[in-house]
Amino acid sequence: MTEAMRKILQQCRDNGDFDAVIDAVPYAGLLGIKLHSMDLQPTFILPANKDNIGNPILPAIHGGVIAGCMETSAALHLLMTMESIALPKIIDFSIDYLRAGRLQDTFVSCQVWRQGSRVANVAINAWQTDPGEPIATARAHFLLVQE
Amino acid sequence: MSDQLTQRATRFVSVLPHCRLLNMTVEYADGEKVILKLPYSEAIIGNPDNGIVAGGSLTTLMDTACGTAAFNCFEDGEVCPTLDLRMDYHRAAKPGENLIGEARVIKRANSLVFTQGEVRQESDNVVVATCTANFMRIGLRLGSK
Repeated sequence: MTEAMRKILQQCRDNGDFDAVIDAVPYAGLLGIKLHSMDLQPTFILPANKDNIGNPILPAIHGGVIAGCMETSAALHLLMTMESIALPKIIDFSIDYLRAGRLQDTFVSCQVWRQGSRVANVAINAWQTDPGEPIATARAHFLLVQE
Repeated sequence: MSDQLTQRATRFVSVLPHCRLLNMTVEYADGEKVILKLPYSEAIIGNPDNGIVAGGSLTTLMDTACGTAAFNCFEDGEVCPTLDLRMDYHRAAKPGENLIGEARVIKRANSLVFTQGEVRQESDNVVVATCTANFMRIGLRLGSK
């Protein structure tokens, strides 16, 4: 890891400034992912953005964007809650689409079901108006990089 | 025939704003198979330390490739929303590499279309990820080719 990235990660550990980490990941910036709230667990927000449309007729957010946002959120979630400091590597990702993602703000939260020494299993939900009516649910495995 | 289907697939993908943002292009399409290209760009980097692209950009490539294959396997072109999709990331794509996503229709059923595909590095054809995706048929036809 470069010294610059290590510094950003250490700072965010020390003072909870996770926006700096998100800002350091170009793909998160491309989609527009932000940290929405941080209670016991982080909630991420993907603000409505016409560049993220994949179905211009409805219009609806591209399914790949919803997946990419959920995967990135899960990696950030691990980064925020893990003890070691390093971006985890995605191994596999599986998503079920439950409803069309309308062109409005989308929220994402994660649940780490198991974190071993090498692999973490994360469940991810995405919703728009009601957390009880998710637009997609996903699961992912990450390889945890030891620094 | 495949020229017409490549053109139809190109029209289908070119109106998707997020695919335009990623400069995704249709390289080839017939009634079973679609090949898309995702050029490397700094905007899709997921790890700023090494320039490796985010897995999400590969997921978007394959959702689009598989969805276009599902669309194109019908005479009239049917827009089929993704029901579910799974990605397996075999290895990190080399930074700077353009990526080629190939999708195939495995089975066309009454209510569903089953697809599979993989992502390769353009320069050496090395597979970096595989994908399985299923699509719902909702009877949304966009007109004949």
